[in-house]
Amino acid sequence: MRKRSNQPVFWLLFGAGGMLSALLGAALVFVTGIAAPLGLEPRAAMGYADVLAFSRNWAGKAFLFAVISLFLWHGAHRIYHTLHDLGVRGGLVAKLACYGTAFLGSVFAAEALLKIGF
Amino acid sequence: MAFRRTYVRPMDGWWRRDPFFLRYMAREATSIFVVVYAMILLAGVIRLSQGEAAFGEWLEGVSSPWSVAFHAFLLAVFAYHTWSWFRIMPKTMPPVAVGGRRLAGSTITALGIAAAAVASVAFYLMVRVLA
Repeated sequence: MRKRSNQPVFWLLFGAGGMLSALLGAALVFVTGIAAPLGLEPRAAMGYADVLAFSRNWAGKAFLFAVISLFLWHGAHRIYHTLHDLGVRGGLVAKLACYGTAFLGSVFAAEALLKIGF
Repeated sequence: MAFRRTYVRPMDGWWRRDPFFLRYMAREATSIFVVVYAMILLAGVIRLSQGEAAFGEWLEGVSSPWSVAFHAFLLAVFAYHTWSWFRIMPKTMPPVAVGGRRLAGSTITALGIAAAAVASVAFYLMVRVLA
C-alpha cells in the first residue's frame, strides 16, 4: 500500500487557524492589546480575577487553547510553505522548526491551562 | 565532457517583480504576526498560571505604549489577513452551487467578510456583557 500523506492533517489545522483568525483575530487583538490596556472598556480591563475566572471556565479554557494552538499551527504551515518559495529548502529542519514550534506552543498552553485548574 | 554554462534565470527577489506576487507575499507574511500574537497570548496564559504577581507583570508589559502601538499594527495586519483570507476563499474551497448556478467568487468573499464583521461585533458585545 502506498504511504499516505500527512499533509491533510496540517492543512486542516492551517485552515482552522486561518478561519478562526480571519473571523475573530482583529477583534481579539483590539480587546487584549488596545481596549483593555487603555481602559477603553473599564469593565473588561483584564484584571487578574476576571481573567482567572474566564480561564477556569471550561468554555473559556477551550477558547484560549483553540486560539493559541490553532493560530500557531496556521502560522507554522504557512511559514513552512513560504520558506520554500523563498528558496529555503530545509526539508526536515524547516519542518521541525515550524511545526515543532506549533507543537511545543500547544503543549505549553495546555500545561498552563491545566495548571490554572477548573 | 565540457561543462555547459547554460543561462539560468535568477530567482532572487522574484516576488518583487509583479504586484500579484507582492500581494501574495504580503498575505503570507501575515502568518508571522499571527504567530507573534499567539505567543503574546501564550505568555499571558503561562504568567496567569504562575499567580497574580506574574500575571500583573505581563499585563504591565501589554499596557506599555510600545505594546499598544504594536497591537495597533497587529490590528491592521489581522484586518489584512481577514480580507486576503476571504479573497482566496473561492479558490481554496470546493465550488458551491445555489439554485443550479455556481456561486460567484466575489459573493463568497463578500459573505466571508460579512461573517467576520458579524463575528467581531458579536465577540466585542460578549466581552462587554460577560466582563
